[in-house]
Amino acid sequence: MALTIDKPWRPADQVPQVPAQLGVFELADAAGVVVFIGVADARSLFGLRGAVADALQAVPGAAGFRYESTSAYHTRYRELLMVHQATHGALPVHNAPMQLGRLQP
Amino acid sequence: MDLSLTAEQEMLVQLVRRFVREEIEPLERRLDPDADEIEPADKSRLIEKTRAMGLYGLDIPPAYGGPAIDLVTRTLLAIEMSQHRAGLYAPCYGVFGGAGLAQLFEASEPQKEKYLYPVLRGEKRGFFGLTEPSGGSDPARAIRTRAVRDGDHWVINGGKIFISGADKAQFGLVFARTDPDKGRGGVTCFIVDTDTPGFRVRRVVHTLRSAHYATELSFEDMRVPHANILGKVNGGFAIANDRLTRQRIPYAAGCIGVAVKAHAMAVDYVPQRETFGAPLSSRQAIQWMLVDNEIDIRQARWLTLDAAAKADRGEPFRTEAAMAKLVATEAASRVVDRCIQIFGGYGVTKDFPFERWYREMRIRRIGEGPSEVQRHIIARDLLDSPLH
Ligand SMILES: Cc1cc2nc3c(=O)[nH]c(=O)nc-3n(C[C@H](O)[C@H](O)[C@H](O)COP(=O)(O)OP(=O)(O)OC[C@H]3O[C@@H](n4cnc5c(N)ncnc54)[C@H](O)[C@@H]3O)c2cc1C
Repeated sequence: MALTIDKPWRPADQVPQVPAQLGVFELADAAGVVVFIGVADARSLFGLRGAVADALQAVPGAAGFRYESTSAYHTRYRELLMVHQATHGALPVHNAPMQLGRLQP
Repeated sequence: MDLSLTAEQEMLVQLVRRFVREEIEPLERRLDPDADEIEPADKSRLIEKTRAMGLYGLDIPPAYGGPAIDLVTRTLLAIEMSQHRAGLYAPCYGVFGGAGLAQLFEASEPQKEKYLYPVLRGEKRGFFGLTEPSGGSDPARAIRTRAVRDGDHWVINGGKIFISGADKAQFGLVFARTDPDKGRGGVTCFIVDTDTPGFRVRRVVHTLRSAHYATELSFEDMRVPHANILGKVNGGFAIANDRLTRQRIPYAAGCIGVAVKAHAMAVDYVPQRETFGAPLSSRQAIQWMLVDNEIDIRQARWLTLDAAAKADRGEPFRTEAAMAKLVATEAASRVVDRCIQIFGGYGVTKDFPFERWYREMRIRRIGEGPSEVQRHIIARDLLDSPLH
């Protein structure tokens, strides 16, 4: 499994085609910079579809998204955050600070 | 032989049972079903409560400030603490504290100052780094990580896999080969600070476990002071083995707790659910599943308490601990599986905890020495000195 999501970026109007499954996703701004990493956990209504739609509304400047369906959404979410932190020195601008482990991939 | 609980044991069991029902379950209902942590504010608040109950740091020896509670009683309490959704790998979300890495109690005084006491104060965390890609069942032969002496230091090269909690730890126990010709007598245990140059947590290893992912580590020319050897040079395997033997009792207890909870939920459910005009509880096929659950749980419980009692009496308990681990993990797997069958489709949804227990319980037959290794230990002891 790739450390980051290796699926293609999609424009916001493709949200209805997202499966209603559990998983993780990223939002990017118009320049392709990841501005938010999110998770569709078992509490999200309509899984990734609902969680991505909500996040696109809530995150200013989000222009596109990519996602990964996974039942290991809980550990995968943390991994994406840790990898982002290790690569960019910080979490994406719209992720609230949280206690994470340290990865040096 | 009296197998009933003492009045004190009964009181403590009831206290912890009420704590799980009144403090843990309501919090858990608000969390994602795969969550392994509660909010820091909730955790601090609940730790205050467990301290007030006199039950914080249960596994810490009294000489280090822990409550003087014998292993049988701690086993009974561990069976209670795992009776919730995250209970198998995050019993009560850690609010009863823990002793961390038990082998640090064998450390030198300077090592205790630097590692053990901060762990007991909750300031530092450690990991246990034994398993390598070359195999975990027989680490004495499989360990390829090499440590070579260079003056006052050792230079370590190699890697580990499936290591829990290494990304959040400040230090860890790393088992490395210091004498390539000596098999199990050629392995040394090093206390390694995770900020040592050359130490890397390379990736998260995703498993069936929702809580506490495992990690893969690499060591590249990592220089560790000679003073950081735990125990003796080439004496690491005894340290690893001792830890694994002791750990098998609470490991078994956690499985039993989950089985007890799953079984209790099934017993509550069957009179309410009707099919073909009668409640499930009236069906012999269902009754027999419950009977088999009950027998599985009782067998596992008594074997585990027997192992704990032997440890409390200071007698050898390696065989008993292996039996407890083997029987409890396999019996609890069967119990959870039957409960899923009884709940039908609901059993496999995330609306109920069974699916999480089912996934995580599967790991229990592999972690801390797989079932085959437990049988191997029991067989060896049996052939060396027959049981009566
Ligand atoms: C989620 C998770 C967390 C873990 N956390 C840690 C940790 O924190 N620290 C750590 O050091 N390790 C950890 N482990 C590793 C764990 O202890 C090993 O996976 C385990 O010891 C088995 O080793 P292995 O996976 O290499 O299997 P192998 O050793 O390759 O064995 C494969 C299979 O063969 C069987 N087998 C082996 N020998 C025999 C034999 N003689 N006869 C018959 N069958 C045999 C085994 O029972 C097993 O079923 C963790 C593992 C998991 C899955």
